[in-house]
Formats: sequence, structure tokens, C-alpha cells
Amino acid sequence: MLEVSGITQIFGGVTALEDVSFSIRKGDITGVIGPNGAGKTTLFNIITGIYTQTAGRVVLNDTDVSGLPPEKLVRLGLVRTFQNIELFGGMSVLENVMVGLHTRSSSGLLACSLRMPWSRREEVRIRSGALKWLEFTGIADLAGVTAANLPFGKGRMLEIARALAAEPVIILMDEPAAGLNSQETLGLAQLIRRIRDLGITVVLVEHDMELVMDICDRIVVLNLGRKLTEGIPCEIQENHEVIAAYLGDDD
Amino acid sequence: MQFDQLLQYTLSGLSTGAIYALIGIGFSIIYNATGIINFAQGEFVMLGGMLTLFFLETLKLPLWAAIPCAVAASTAAGMLFERLAIRPLRRPTPINLVIITIGGSILIRGLAMLLWGKDTHSIPSFSGDDPIAVGGATILPQHLWIMGITLLIVAANKFYFYHTISGKAMRACSYNRRAAGLVGIDVRRMVLFSFIISSAMGSVAGIIVAPLTMTAYDVGVMLGLKGFCAAIIGGMSSGGATVVGGLLLGVLESLGAGLISSGYKDAIAFIVLLLILFVRPQGLFGKAQSERV
Amino acid sequence: MHRDLLKFMLFAAMILAAPLAFQGGYLMNVLVFVGINTMLAIGLNLLLGYCGQISLGHAGFFGLGAYLSGVLSTTYGWNPWQAMPLAAVVVGSLAFLIGFPILKLKGHYLAMATLGMGIIMYIVFNETIDLTGGPSGLSGIPNLSIGSLDFDSDVSSYYLIWSFTLATILLTLNLANSRVGRALRAVHDSEVAARVMGVNARLLKVQIFALSAVISSLAGSLYAHTMTFISPASFGFNFSIELLTMVVIGGLGSIYGSFLGAALLTLLPEFLRAAQDYDIIIYGGLLMLMVMFMPGGLVRGVPDLFRRLLKKGGDRHA
Repeated sequence: MLEVSGITQIFGGVTALEDVSFSIRKGDITGVIGPNGAGKTTLFNIITGIYTQTAGRVVLNDTDVSGLPPEKLVRLGLVRTFQNIELFGGMSVLENVMVGLHTRSSSGLLACSLRMPWSRREEVRIRSGALKWLEFTGIADLAGVTAANLPFGKGRMLEIARALAAEPVIILMDEPAAGLNSQETLGLAQLIRRIRDLGITVVLVEHDMELVMDICDRIVVLNLGRKLTEGIPCEIQENHEVIAAYLGDDD
Repeated sequence: MQFDQLLQYTLSGLSTGAIYALIGIGFSIIYNATGIINFAQGEFVMLGGMLTLFFLETLKLPLWAAIPCAVAASTAAGMLFERLAIRPLRRPTPINLVIITIGGSILIRGLAMLLWGKDTHSIPSFSGDDPIAVGGATILPQHLWIMGITLLIVAANKFYFYHTISGKAMRACSYNRRAAGLVGIDVRRMVLFSFIISSAMGSVAGIIVAPLTMTAYDVGVMLGLKGFCAAIIGGMSSGGATVVGGLLLGVLESLGAGLISSGYKDAIAFIVLLLILFVRPQGLFGKAQSERV
Repeated sequence: MHRDLLKFMLFAAMILAAPLAFQGGYLMNVLVFVGINTMLAIGLNLLLGYCGQISLGHAGFFGLGAYLSGVLSTTYGWNPWQAMPLAAVVVGSLAFLIGFPILKLKGHYLAMATLGMGIIMYIVFNETIDLTGGPSGLSGIPNLSIGSLDFDSDVSSYYLIWSFTLATILLTLNLANSRVGRALRAVHDSEVAARVMGVNARLLKVQIFALSAVISSLAGSLYAHTMTFISPASFGFNFSIELLTMVVIGGLGSIYGSFLGAALLTLLPEFLRAAQDYDIIIYGGLLMLMVMFMPGGLVRGVPDLFRRLLKKGGDRHA
């Protein structure tokens, strides 16, 4: 489904990632973990087209997508969420998700200004589509609220709803549990499973080990910019190298 | 084209360029300390000239006393501006800062017009108007004053930024404001300092150029913009690169006015500005920086 | 949706009825300018208020529209109705081309670059004397006319200008509440998130820049054909700032706010005759005060104020 091979990223002489390769299977929930500074977020930014890597390739469904900007990737079915949720703060919750349907609609500047019949029909479709995803994530009752006024946990749900509205085949979540309380984290775990049940492949970078071990089918471990190992959760839990990396053992 | 004439254009270009450099460094200092492009920078240049005139003619002070008084008063205006307009801002988005510094510049300009009218005034040269021959060209003593004072200020700047605690703290702010705050640097104080330094420098620029170009309530607009252009050429550096940028711009303008058309003289600075921003936004001498999210 | 349409209908009815109340005269002439300035403010607001991209050079597009239309119809004898759309197309294309490099810049840099662009245009208006007449201006520009109806009186120009302005308001209101309008606001709030959702932010910004230049150009042509005389002084840096003030005072991201800002700033100097030269000080002060105390502009700030006052009053009664 998604294949990452030989990714290397150098920032002004500092090597943030070195020759990282792994592949993600369709329909899996894959966790990318590693101690701080392991290069997880950098890797995410490369896969999602925000950075351009120094070397290496990203292949999505047999298409080489290396270096494509995010707005092209979403049309190929790849979306992401952000660690410090990036909402459209001045817009309502519903409108946020309606933007999610941007690639699923096509009315242009002229058609929108003139309110052509087809763009009005499309608008109705966008609205009902957005509502559907608000219901899926359980925040439909907040549809009219301005996004900037949402509590953090709800904002996270909104960001996921917005990403789902683009009808992705794969969704990458950057630390979705960060800032959530244990109740909300539980809800998140359920939501991620339900997303997978829709046939969407899920990749998450996460610090919350309990969550990762609980929901992930496979785990990739990064340390100091390299891939340490990968495997199913119980293998990772037993792996001495991983334990050493997390405890900061130099030996 | 005769060599002498070329020399003449270059020499006068260099002295206007020195002025642009001083103003440009003022822009850079504030930008580096705060991330703000102060659209009101040019108004301190205007204040320098107009206040000198005020102390000279209204209060009848001698020139040597009027100048420091004018610098002090413009600096006080710069401090006031920071305290009243910049510091209280609750949501300092770039757009809000642009609007507020533009608002400030219009206000200062308007007040100057209210106080001193719309007439153009001149300030006497610092040491006479007898031309000095340089090769086949001539320069005025005031040109030497401009070059000398600019050099002095640039050197003093360098000393301040590299050899004093407060200068080093200011540099720390320019690298990373949050980190600077975390290690105990009073960032707000540094912001105030940057406004003080650059309004002082701006006013000096306005004073030393006034004997050559005359001064009026609205000279700050063009001088400010050209100073900004110098800073952009220099990659917003508060040192040598901006000086080179200013001199380059000054000479280019002077040659353009002399060889092409004086009507388009002002356009040259803006064409250079746009070209640099489009092609090398990091400045003529800077290295490309990787864009961060 | 229906409520929005109703609101617009009411607004339009009010505008169309206004001449009956004023019975022509001097104020009509001022209201014509309110119409032109409303168009300009809306154009800038699309870019600044909705998309979050500043321009300090819009007076240049306004001037370019005025001069293209003016020169074509006066010197080359074109029908104004042909000159006007041609000017709009030329200005729009120019903005589209400049847009790509200029809108790569952000914040302060964008402000400076657009400012430079505006000043270059201003210098060109002044220096291409053979075409524009230079600083002394271009006179004898023909009025627009339909058949035997010449738009040369106060009342007829009022209806001419306001039909364009109302159309601009209606179309931009539609745009604001549409897929494209949402994408614009998304780019404003978080460009990176908008891009992740598939919005081609770069192209969209350039399109809006071009659209707002087209609106400015049309306003410029209307201005030229109504005034029959234009000179560079109307299209300088100060006017760009005046436009910015209108947008900020009225309310960033509000179409009716732009009307409010334009109306206020056009009418204010008429009532402050004594303050003639000093109106610029008032603009400066207003800009600063608005950003500091009412960043949402009058359309949001005033109702907010009322609400707060009412609440306070209510508390006291309770």
C-alpha cells in the first residue's frame, strides 16, 4: 500500500533521517514509535509532502509520490492530521469538515460566484457529506460552533472528521492521543478501529505506548534517525534494542 | 559618457546609499529582534530632520546642540511608539503589525504636518558648502560627514552587538526569541531596545542627509522604503551586508537617474526590491534557508 | 441561504431608493464615490479579509483600469463599453502573472512587495506623459451611454455605478459562502492544513489576487468615465492606505463591512470639511485604534459592544 524506501533527510548538515525503509500493508493500523528526536515527525512530513527528502522514495499504491505536494497527495487518497491540531479556527465545525470535501467537489470561482444550479446541488451534497462525518466522529451536536472555541479533545475529533471527509485510502495521524485525557484516549482507540473497519489504512506516530500496543497491527521503531526494528506489538515489547533505546541505554 | 561624469554619479550615489544603509540597518535591527517590519521607520528619519529644524529655528539652539536634542527627541518618539502601539497588541499577527505600523507612520507624518506645515525646509551644512575636487568630480563637505558618520555608526553597532551583554542578548533574540526568553533574557526589554536603537539611527540618517536634500513632513515615506530595499538586498542583516545593499542601491539610482531618466529614478529601487524578493528573498549574499512549517 | 438573499434584497432596495430621499444634488455625487470605493474595498477584502494576503498596491490596479479605459476611449476613440472589459482583462492577466512570484511572499514581505508594485505603477502613470498626460492628468474622457441615455448626470451615474456595485456585492457574497470561499478562509486560517485537504493554496491565492485586481480595474474604468478626468494623484500610495483603512474599519472578511468602511471613509471627509488636509491623521489613528481595540471591524465590534452593554445593564437589573 505505502512503501517508504531509503529515506534520508539532512537539515543544514544535521542528518535527521538515514536510510529508513518499511512498508505498510493495506488495512493495517501501523504505529511508528521511537524516543524523542527519533525523526518520526520529520518522516511524517516527508511522506505527506511537506518536506522534500534529501534521498529516498515514497510509493503509494505502486505510484511514486516522492516530492508531490500535499494538495496532490490527497487526490491520491493520502491525508494526515497534525500533532498540534491545525483547524480553520475562524470557521464553524461544519465548515471545517466541508473543506475536507474540497477534492470531492469541483465548482470553480465563476460557478460559485454565479451560484450555478450544479454548484448549488454540489453545495447540498458537501453539506450532507460533512454532517455524515461529524456524526461518525460523534461531534455532530457541535456543528455550528466556531472551531477556535472547541476544547482540545473535540478539536482532535474535528481534525479527524475533516481528514476522513476527503475519503482517503490511507490516513496518517501525528500523535493523535497527545493532550487527550484517558477517557478521550479510549474513545480515540475505538474511533481508529472504526476507521480501519471502513477499509482505510491507518498510520500513527504515537507516544502513548498503551494505545499503540492496544490497537496497532504492526509497529515500526525509529531511533536516532534510523529504523531500529519492526514487528507485531508483542515482538516489539520483548525487543531488547527497543527497551534500551527507550531507557537511553548507550550499550 | 565621460569618466568624470560617471565618477560624479558614483560619488553622490555612495553618499545617498550610506543614508539608505543606515535606515536599512534600523529596519533589520527591529526585524531581527521582533520579527516586525516597522513601516514607521521612515518617519523617524523625517523626525530627525524636522526636529533639528525645530530646535534650530524655533528654540534658536546652535547646530551642535540642536542635533543631539533632535536625536534624543526622535528616540523618545520611537520608545513611545513601541510602548503605545506595539506592546499592547493582543494578537500580533503579521497583518495586524503591518496595519498598526502603517497607522503609526501616517499618524506621525500627519502630526508633523500639523505642527510644521507642508513646506520644504533646509538645514545648514555641518561645515560649509565649498566643493572639494576628487579626480574630475566634486563632492561637498556634507558628503564626507555622511560617509564618516555612517562608518562610525556601523562600527559602533558592531561593537554593541558583539561586545556588550545587551547586544549579545539582542542577537540571541534574533536567533530564537523563545529560547532567549527561557534563558532569562527579558525579551520585551530587547524589543524596546531595538526600537530605541533604530529610531536613533533613523533620526541620525535624517539629520545628516537634510542639508543636501531638504526636509519636509513627508520625506520619510520614500527614504524609509529605500532603506527597506537596502535591508532586503542585505538579507535583513544589521551589519555589512545591508551597508553594501544601501551603497549599491544609491549608486544604481544615481547612475540610473543620470544615464537613463531622472523621472524613473524612484522606480529603480522598487524594481530592485521586487527582483530581489522574487529571486533571492534571502538577500544578495545570504544562503538559502530550508522552509519550515 | 434565503435569509442572506433577503438581506441583500433589502440592502439593494435601500440603495435604489436613496436618490428619492436626496433629490439629486451634491450628496448624490458623494454617494457615487461610496459605490466605487465599496467595489474597491470588496476587492481588497477578498484578498486580505478572506484569504489573509495583504496588498498595499491596489490603488495601482484601480489606476491602471482607469487609465486603460480612459486612454483607449479618449485618445483612440474606443467605445467605453469595449474599453472597460478590455482593461479588466488586461489588468486581471497582469495581476495573475505578477501573482505567482509576489504571493510566494508572506506577511511583511508581501506588504512591501505589493507596495513597491503600486509605486512603480504610480511612477509609470506620471512618466508616460505621451499616453497619460503625466501629472497634469487626462481629461475629456467620454461618459458611458446606452443608446441615447448618457450617464452624465448625478442620478444616472448613481444608478450606473451602484448597479455594478450591487452586482459585485451579490457575486462576492455568493463566492464567500461557497466551496471556493471556504477554501479561501481555510488558507487564511492554516495554509498547511488547507493544502493537506487538497486546496491548491498557491493557485487559489493568485486567482483571488487577479479577481480582486479585475474588480479594482472595473471600479477604475467606472471612475474614469464618470469623472471624465483622471490624474495620477488619485492612484498613489495614500489611496492604497485609504482602501486598507476602509477594509479594516468595516471588518476583515465581511462584504457588508466593506460597504460600511467605504461609506464611512468617503462621507467622513465631507462632514469634516475643516479637517481637509488632516483626514490622513484620522485614518492613521483609526487604523491603530481598530487593530488594537476592535480587530473584527465595525460590523462585528459594534454589535459586540451593544451586547456587552446590554449584558451589563441586565446584570445591574438582576
